[in-house]
Amino acid sequence: MKRRQFTQAAAALAAASAFSPFGIVRAQSQKLKVGVILPRSGHLSFIGQSCQKGADLAPGVIKEMLGVDIELMNADFESNVDTARTRAERLIQEGAHVLVGPFESGAAAAIAQVAEQRGIPFVINIAAAPQITEQGYKYVFRNFQTAIDIVRNGLVLMGDLFQATNTVPRTAVFMHVNDTFGQAMAKGIGALFPKQSHLPFKIVDTISYDPTARDLTVEVSKAKASNADFVMLVSRLNDAVLLRREMVKQRWNPMGIVSPGSPGMYEEQYFKALGKLSEHSISNVPWYNPNAKLTKVVEKAFLKQNPKDKLDFHGLNVGFTFEALLVAADAFKRARSTDPKTLRDAIAQTNITEKMSLGGPIKFNAKGQVEGIGSACVQNLKGLPTVVLPKEAAAAKPVFPAPYYKKS
Amino acid sequence: MNRRAAAGLLILAALLVAFPWMTGPYALSVATLILYFAYAGQAWNVMMGFAGQLSLGHSLYVGVGAYVAGGIFFHWGIGPWAGLWVAIVLCTLLGLVIGFLAFRFGISGVYFALLTIAFAEFTRIGFDHIAPLGGPGGLFLKVAQRDTIDLLNFRGPPIMYYYAILALTAGAFIACWKLLHSKVGYYWQAIREDEEAARALGINVFRWKMLAMAISSGMTAIAGVFFAFYYNNLFPEQIFNISRSIEIILGPIIGGVGTLFGPILGAAVLTLLSDGITEAFAAMGLDIPGIKQVFYGVVLLVVVMFLPHGIWPAIARKLRL
Amino acid sequence: MVVAGVLTGLVYGLMALGLSVIFGVVRVVNFAHGEMMTIAMYAATILFAALNVDPFLAVLPIAAAFFVFGYALQKGFINPFITRPEHSQFMLLVAVAIIMVNGLLMVFGPDARNVQTDYQLESFEVGKVLVDKARLYAAGLAVLTAAGLFSFFRFTLTGKAIRACADNYLGAKVVGLNVKHLYAFTFGLGSICVAVAGCAMVVLVDVTPGLGPYYTLLAFVIVIVGGLGSMGGALLGGVLIGVSEALAGLYIVPSAKSMFSFGLLILVLLFRPQGLLGRKA
Repeated sequence: MKRRQFTQAAAALAAASAFSPFGIVRAQSQKLKVGVILPRSGHLSFIGQSCQKGADLAPGVIKEMLGVDIELMNADFESNVDTARTRAERLIQEGAHVLVGPFESGAAAAIAQVAEQRGIPFVINIAAAPQITEQGYKYVFRNFQTAIDIVRNGLVLMGDLFQATNTVPRTAVFMHVNDTFGQAMAKGIGALFPKQSHLPFKIVDTISYDPTARDLTVEVSKAKASNADFVMLVSRLNDAVLLRREMVKQRWNPMGIVSPGSPGMYEEQYFKALGKLSEHSISNVPWYNPNAKLTKVVEKAFLKQNPKDKLDFHGLNVGFTFEALLVAADAFKRARSTDPKTLRDAIAQTNITEKMSLGGPIKFNAKGQVEGIGSACVQNLKGLPTVVLPKEAAAAKPVFPAPYYKKS
Repeated sequence: MNRRAAAGLLILAALLVAFPWMTGPYALSVATLILYFAYAGQAWNVMMGFAGQLSLGHSLYVGVGAYVAGGIFFHWGIGPWAGLWVAIVLCTLLGLVIGFLAFRFGISGVYFALLTIAFAEFTRIGFDHIAPLGGPGGLFLKVAQRDTIDLLNFRGPPIMYYYAILALTAGAFIACWKLLHSKVGYYWQAIREDEEAARALGINVFRWKMLAMAISSGMTAIAGVFFAFYYNNLFPEQIFNISRSIEIILGPIIGGVGTLFGPILGAAVLTLLSDGITEAFAAMGLDIPGIKQVFYGVVLLVVVMFLPHGIWPAIARKLRL
Repeated sequence: MVVAGVLTGLVYGLMALGLSVIFGVVRVVNFAHGEMMTIAMYAATILFAALNVDPFLAVLPIAAAFFVFGYALQKGFINPFITRPEHSQFMLLVAVAIIMVNGLLMVFGPDARNVQTDYQLESFEVGKVLVDKARLYAAGLAVLTAAGLFSFFRFTLTGKAIRACADNYLGAKVVGLNVKHLYAFTFGLGSICVAVAGCAMVVLVDVTPGLGPYYTLLAFVIVIVGGLGSMGGALLGGVLIGVSEALAGLYIVPSAKSMFSFGLLILVLLFRPQGLLGRKA
């Protein structure tokens, strides 16, 4: 009871200060200090550095879009949970008004505790463990799908894919990496798959493998032996590359590789490492809408900062990191204050329609979770991850089965 | 312990108790981390410094302790104080088993170290497959609001955790001091200096070594329980990882194996070094991922090469403690 | 699939061979072993990218460079540590490993690098079995190197001298052997093995800065199982681990296959610590 009254009072105060002349001046000359915590070294380094690109281009774009100044305070948590915690504390001490990050669920949980304890809002860019927003935190927000959502959207898109290409695969072999993410996805599939009546195939075998494995001969052998029509794959980058190579070596050419939602196959390394073999792999992941106005703006800024790179390869990382900062900045604009409680309430009221990721507007539910983020069916075509579904956002038509398919 | 040392210790203790009131939350979180490693390092030191067994798989006890207490809390809502005892008993048994196997089969030195690594890795992969404990997806403990101190469930503001780990570290220090200056301590010293001679004198080497193993693993279990309730999420991949084992032993080795104050000093120096280098690079505006760890590694290298017995013995000698 | 296990196992065996030689003679636990192999792999990718040199040919310059590097490392850093307690040695090499891994990260960035040769994805068909070309070549190289090393130890004077040092340190000194030099030489030899293994491995696996620790651990498992100081043991151990992982993956959950290796390690340590082909200490 007390809390709600306080919130109302704070909101009223914020509104009042917004209308006062002093409030306006203050808002314009204030900067929002955003603590950006990412794993730029350690085993998650290449993803962390990818996300950082999204953060680096944000101040410029946001200044143009919203007229708001944000100042980035970058911290590297070194892919280590202890460091994530102390870095978060440090950033708060140095005056961060809001925290953004961290890509990894373990670190997200640690930072969330710190944020909640210190009453500083924390906007998660990417982390899929559902439990993070189930803890009853008031200061933690996530603009990303939970593993369950990813799976649900992924399975629906699979159905759409088969419909759009008029194919009816009968069997699939489900291969997944046995780590935090892979296991969450597997659980999701276990729960949701039986309920999907519009999917024509059965899962004939499930093969889980060690994320640190450098040799997946056995796993691919098993998969090949199952004689499945296609591969449903939840992987990371390195294992995706290994698997694809192993499939070629073992001369196994199923209809295709479709991910219900995992990193790996749309990343630049996959293309670089596999060349032509990367073609036609499909990932159903949260993605940006290539036709959205904001996407084009962000892409321009991205290319300016990274002339030798392409946004397509960093779609997920850059897109969601940027959006997390957008959420913070948008809340700041509405709150006209850097007071953490006010900011927090403003974030809770977020309703951003002008966004770059697919799906409905950015709106947080009572648990701080965004509902309605869309996924896209992203297929590797001509050396680039290309959105092929949903049709409104598509840049090309999906190809399934892949041309290398050989009926065995 | 001479007067100087006692006085120094008292001053330090006073400082540590007053610490949270003198500094901010960031420093508090760093201090908590230092004390955690000081405690875990002290526990490891018992096995290494006192019994001469190099364990490179101590993360095993941290992990098992954490998962046992965490699991009990997760599934049955029973607070950590009960889970603590289960964890201690289990880990002590584990330590005894490993110690027994090693002794029975005559494994020591590097081979023993490798045995401990193997056990830790084996358990890590094993826990990845234990679904009721979350598997690789991790075990997330329910976190209640942290404004009030709830000792029963070990929940509260960071200051509570700080004092808890401070108490643990102080307790460990005192316990080890008492042990070292007791009959057991002399047996340990004898065994460490010359095992054959000790045996010839009629000392039951096996019994005292087992005791050290048991104490070490039991103590480490408590660290695990603390970890579980401080971080509130456990992943086998992280907690059983060999890098964690290495983190635990860095403190005592740099500080001084076999000494009482070594692990504490070592943990402090290393954590402050790590953070210090990060801050220094940030201040200089250098933002190259990886450079901080290179520097860290170089410092480690230098210390190991030129101060083989650790920092503390050198300092103690200088201060004539 | 057993074939694949054997072939990969041989490459692992070669890497372990380097470790076995070093540990068997110098008695130093080289915890930076995997990191050294990672450096070799990066070197191979550079040579490939710059000069289009096939890794199997790049072996020669890289191995030579590594010999020098290993020799210097031993003489410069590690020598004073031989008489120090194990935990000091361990710490020294852990520090070296940290420097190596993060140095690589700084220089090469976090993205994976690889080598793309023509034969990488081809396989021979032998009856019903598909034999992966790259793996076959890699294994061949491993066997060749092992044979070379073996003959070195058997037939050359230096080789015999090194074996003498390993058998009886004091005796060797008494006889007048320059033990320091021989130790460094041995480390150099071990480094050659690592370099060759790296060149062979880069054809099979992409290299990232953090690849080291996994292989260090693997090398230790193999060396213990196969037997310290026994070259045949290292190769045999490698094959055994390779095959057992393959089979474990096939019959049990693949993600648990490493558990099998560690379980095997525990059993060997307990019941036959000298390994399968090692001699009793």
